[in-house]
Amino acid sequence: MKNPVTAIRLPLRPGREYESRFDREQSLLKMLAIPIASIVLASMVTTLPFMTTQPLLPPFGLLMFLAWRLMRPGLLPVWSGVPFGLIDDLFSGQPFGSAGLLWSLAMLAVEIIDARAIWRDYMQDWLIASLLIITVLLGGLWIAGMAHAAPDPVVLLPQMLLSILLYPLVVRICARLDSWRLAT
Amino acid sequence: MAPPPHRRPGFSRKAQYGLFATYVIAIAGTVVAALLLIISVADPTGFAALRAAGAEITAPVARFFNSIRRTGNDMGGNLSAYFDAASKNAALTKEVRANRTKLIEARALKVENARLRGLLKLRDESGEQVAVGRLISSTASSTRRIATLSIGSNYGIERAQPVRGPAGLIGRVIETGPTTARILLVTDAENLVPVMRVGDGLPAFSTGLGNGLVVIKPLNLGESPFKVGDIIVTSGNGGLYQPNIPFARVIRKTNDGALARPLADPSNSPYAIVMKAYQAEARAAQQAIAPDGKAKEVTE
Repeated sequence: MKNPVTAIRLPLRPGREYESRFDREQSLLKMLAIPIASIVLASMVTTLPFMTTQPLLPPFGLLMFLAWRLMRPGLLPVWSGVPFGLIDDLFSGQPFGSAGLLWSLAMLAVEIIDARAIWRDYMQDWLIASLLIITVLLGGLWIAGMAHAAPDPVVLLPQMLLSILLYPLVVRICARLDSWRLAT
Repeated sequence: MAPPPHRRPGFSRKAQYGLFATYVIAIAGTVVAALLLIISVADPTGFAALRAAGAEITAPVARFFNSIRRTGNDMGGNLSAYFDAASKNAALTKEVRANRTKLIEARALKVENARLRGLLKLRDESGEQVAVGRLISSTASSTRRIATLSIGSNYGIERAQPVRGPAGLIGRVIETGPTTARILLVTDAENLVPVMRVGDGLPAFSTGLGNGLVVIKPLNLGESPFKVGDIIVTSGNGGLYQPNIPFARVIRKTNDGALARPLADPSNSPYAIVMKAYQAEARAAQQAIAPDGKAKEVTE
């Protein structure tokens, strides 16, 4: 039996001694590592030498996380927002725990939406992602404002716009990675 | 996308409990993240070690890309220097001639200043630089304006030391790791800098806006005394930043102050100088006898 492509499961069959040309199986390591590594690396984009005078760089970790979640429901477990968010907090400059909380809430929100709107198209996914990006960015500003003095929410507008417009690109990157992940 | 297969686990008790457990873990994880957040809001330095580790891991990559970016910038500058070289040469020669006299006067003033300070027995504690590094990255996706410096406690960098570039003040050190340090830029809303106007020493405070500008508020209430084009420098009050570091240039007058653009652009600064805190001992003594006993420096 072929593995279902949407869930990470152990191969049901022991490995063969010879290389079969057909009915091959995916590499378990690739299936597990590619989504995780892509989200973590996207979170690390802030350490590249982009010097901006205002928050402008889209939160690529969040975009990648939402893209995987909306493109492949069931691949990332419901609790995965916490660990990925905490890793993102190490690089984003926000108070530690901010993305851990917000990403986890975003994950739960998508889970609730999934239970209501089961069959969605790409535009609806984009809309959901846009709303979540706006909410998470505003939430991040609010949390940063609790710990420190925070600027006006208006400074976030360019970043929000850029993030929403870049989301389709991230989904395409994600889809390429997914076909590589599931290639045999 | 099709509904995922695991949402309806069927009649298997094990699968049903497994699904239930993921939701329990998810909600418990959210609560834990909220608790971590409360801790880090109450004590901003609490997770500094973790963040420093993150910066250390990514620093080599950031250094590499930063040097590439710099080489690219230099090449662009070198190439463009060849165009209109003759007219530029003539203009520069004229400028050098004009500056030479001023330079000699300035040198004389410096000598005179040193002599007068000697008469007054003023001792300069500061002015000494601790180390010189480069800014290798910044928190470009967050509303906090924090940059990473390429050197850390291996060069003797400590918390609460001012950082300046060739053009002006950049910020101050808030966290140090073994080979990296985090700099709170002057454009962060948290960073309050005591400043003054160059012409008449009008005292004021500067706060970042988070969008690359700073707000200058004079200490005296009343109508804003600033004019567009006023140059603002640090005043040395509070004993952290040394006086007369070039700071910002007023670009717009507001009702009770002015908007200014910092002179040092962290993205274009070729290097960053970490300096010793101006009058560090006086500052420490002042904080030790604070009346409520908890005058702690925020975000440090």
